[in-house]
Amino acid sequence: MLERFERAGGLPFARVEFGAIAREVCLAYTPEAAVGDYVIVHVGFAIARLDEEAARRTLALLEEPAP
Amino acid sequence: MRYVAPFRDRARIREVAARIAAACTRPWRVMEVCGGQTHAIARHAIDALLPAQLELIHGPGCPVCVTPLAVLGAAFELSLRSEVTLCSFGDMLRVPGPRGDLLAARALGADVRVVLSPLDAVEVARRCPERQVVFFAVGFETTAPATAMAVELARRLALDNFTALCAHVRVPPAMELLLAAPDSEISGFLAAGHVCTVEGVEAYPAIAARHHVPIAITGFEPLDILLGLLDVVTQLEAGAATVTNRYPRAVRAEGNPAARAMVERVFAIVDAPWRGLGVVPRGGLALRDEFVRFDALARHALALTPAPEPAACRAAQVLQGRLCPTRCPEFGRACTPETPLGAPMVSSEGACAAYYRYRAAGLSR
Amino acid sequence: MSDPIALSCPVPARRYERIVLAHGGGGRLMRALIDELFARAFASPALCVDHDGAIVELQGRVAVTTDAFTVRPLFFPGGDIGTLAVCGTVNDLAMCGARPRHLAAAFVLEEGLPVATLERIVASMAQAAREAGVTIVTGDTKVVERGKGDGVYITTTGLGTVIGPPIGPARIDAGDVILVSGPVGDHGIAVLSVREGLEFTTTLRSDVAPVAAQVAALLERGVDVRCLRDPTRGGLASALCELASGAGRAFVVREDAIPVRDEVADACELLGLDPLYVACEGRFVAVVARADGERALAVLREVGCGGAAIIGAALEAGASRVILESSVGGERVLDMLSGEQLPRIC
Repeated sequence: MLERFERAGGLPFARVEFGAIAREVCLAYTPEAAVGDYVIVHVGFAIARLDEEAARRTLALLEEPAP
Repeated sequence: MRYVAPFRDRARIREVAARIAAACTRPWRVMEVCGGQTHAIARHAIDALLPAQLELIHGPGCPVCVTPLAVLGAAFELSLRSEVTLCSFGDMLRVPGPRGDLLAARALGADVRVVLSPLDAVEVARRCPERQVVFFAVGFETTAPATAMAVELARRLALDNFTALCAHVRVPPAMELLLAAPDSEISGFLAAGHVCTVEGVEAYPAIAARHHVPIAITGFEPLDILLGLLDVVTQLEAGAATVTNRYPRAVRAEGNPAARAMVERVFAIVDAPWRGLGVVPRGGLALRDEFVRFDALARHALALTPAPEPAACRAAQVLQGRLCPTRCPEFGRACTPETPLGAPMVSSEGACAAYYRYRAAGLSR
Repeated sequence: MSDPIALSCPVPARRYERIVLAHGGGGRLMRALIDELFARAFASPALCVDHDGAIVELQGRVAVTTDAFTVRPLFFPGGDIGTLAVCGTVNDLAMCGARPRHLAAAFVLEEGLPVATLERIVASMAQAAREAGVTIVTGDTKVVERGKGDGVYITTTGLGTVIGPPIGPARIDAGDVILVSGPVGDHGIAVLSVREGLEFTTTLRSDVAPVAAQVAALLERGVDVRCLRDPTRGGLASALCELASGAGRAFVVREDAIPVRDEVADACELLGLDPLYVACEGRFVAVVARADGERALAVLREVGCGGAAIIGAALEAGASRVILESSVGGERVLDMLSGEQLPRIC
């Protein structure tokens, strides 16, 4: 997430980077998202903040030997 | 993108595929209900990595495919009205309705525009007050909050030229319906990760318990899908039937309360027809009375006319996971992506289209 | 007594800011447009605006091709409809194994098109023609009523002289190496970026450019080229499918080997598009004899195709299809595009 701003109707928006491109995304459902956070975006809305710790844990699962 | 590449990493994928093969000692049939997962499985040829006894079946996870034919007909009719601008997601444009698809409507003079978000449709309404904008609102619980916010925004801006043609549906009731069928052979489920990002895990433990099926909430990168499968297979082998979250980086147990609250404000849960499944109790959403002025059918005085399904199309059986697309007699013959008989062959997330694209995997070289 | 024709489009002033119907009427206004705008930009000894056609000299076998250009918007990062109109036809000639020589250009202008816009487009065409080493020798102008055309449509017809032995899909043999001259999908995404309001953190531009010099290099240095094809609409995948079909055999390509810029991959991810089906306008596929594969790659890299890559090979004669080895290790069939690629929601 790059920067926050407001648009018509008082809705909070952000400029979000998707790799090498950027787009405007509505933050109404993730108002706590801060610049620098990763978000999951669907049809122009951020629907969740990405939990980076959880992502690391999922990948770490594979470092352990299979049960 | 930092959190995508590791979930497509070849070595990790092979590792998990190996663990699935090692764990799997009996035939199992696991259903996924997410168009994004269907698409990812096709694109990355994940099916080919699984042991032969593990059958991955595709359920009604494609919102395009489950939109009733009558609703497609209504979209077509509305779009042809000279004052209407129909705004729709791209994947709806090529689904054949009773009189043709929306691209054909455009060729007849209809003003049909592709949008990437319902808010874009509201913007069109704002900028073109002389047009009656109709937003074609399809999708699961992941998309409903966006439509809800669009309706709420239209209310705040006091727009009198914005309505939504609502066909949002809810996934857990459809899963219940499929599991409740007496001849259901579904062993386990991969639950749609992004639906759960919004809804949380609340709906699933009851389903898992009632029907004794393990459910893994799964993302849609190749590694996520395999991790979900590994979990379900492990549970099945152990006789367990619990709900696990294999997509914790995006899904929290409580989901997104703000999104759910907005949906609840704007929509009511109703019994709704799913194409291919029939009426699913509590399976859909409809605008509440206080928002009915934003309902396209009400505003434009159009009733849904039931339409007959094309006789040769077996989409219903495909959507229920009872027929593998490659076993449909029309597959690849009368029914191809250029000449689709039904939605699953034309939608990029439809199971038929997915199988058509990788039908020759494993051919001899 | 007023002449009804004169009434509908009188000719008072000499300079207009916008194109009017009289610019296509065959009278003084059209003459002025041709002399002041077209002839000035396309100036060359071969250019002939006084007759119905031009006379040129060509030696040996002649390749001829034609194409119509209708891009919207007219201007996009990296080029415009004019650049496309020249490069598209120049590249088609190159795909025939020919050195492009001369172009004819026909314009259908919409009443109301700003003359300044037309000047920009024509300047782009002149520039592209210079880069490609071709001359525009003759042309035509028509004007249609406002609302009956997208600003401007351009059709170009090109003539070129064939270098070397005949090439075509029928010459493709088992084991032949398939190369692509650079990253795919730049053009399509650059055009979409302007339509869909995507921003790029680095500037992605269309790859529109003439490829004639690169093709000539391959042919003149004796690389055994079997066939060439430029992936325009329908992208790389469609071009490969057409070649496989013409060759009556299957191809296998490795997803990992196909060059795609990050910006293009990310934009496609966002829009739900597949980069293999997104248009290019300055790239080509070359199928060369197995023994010449590495040499062809070296030649391409020397002549400015830094992003060129070997992406696959042709198989034994049989059912024609294009097999893609996916980056995660499975295989799937790459089909022709059915209809248009549309952005997805899921």
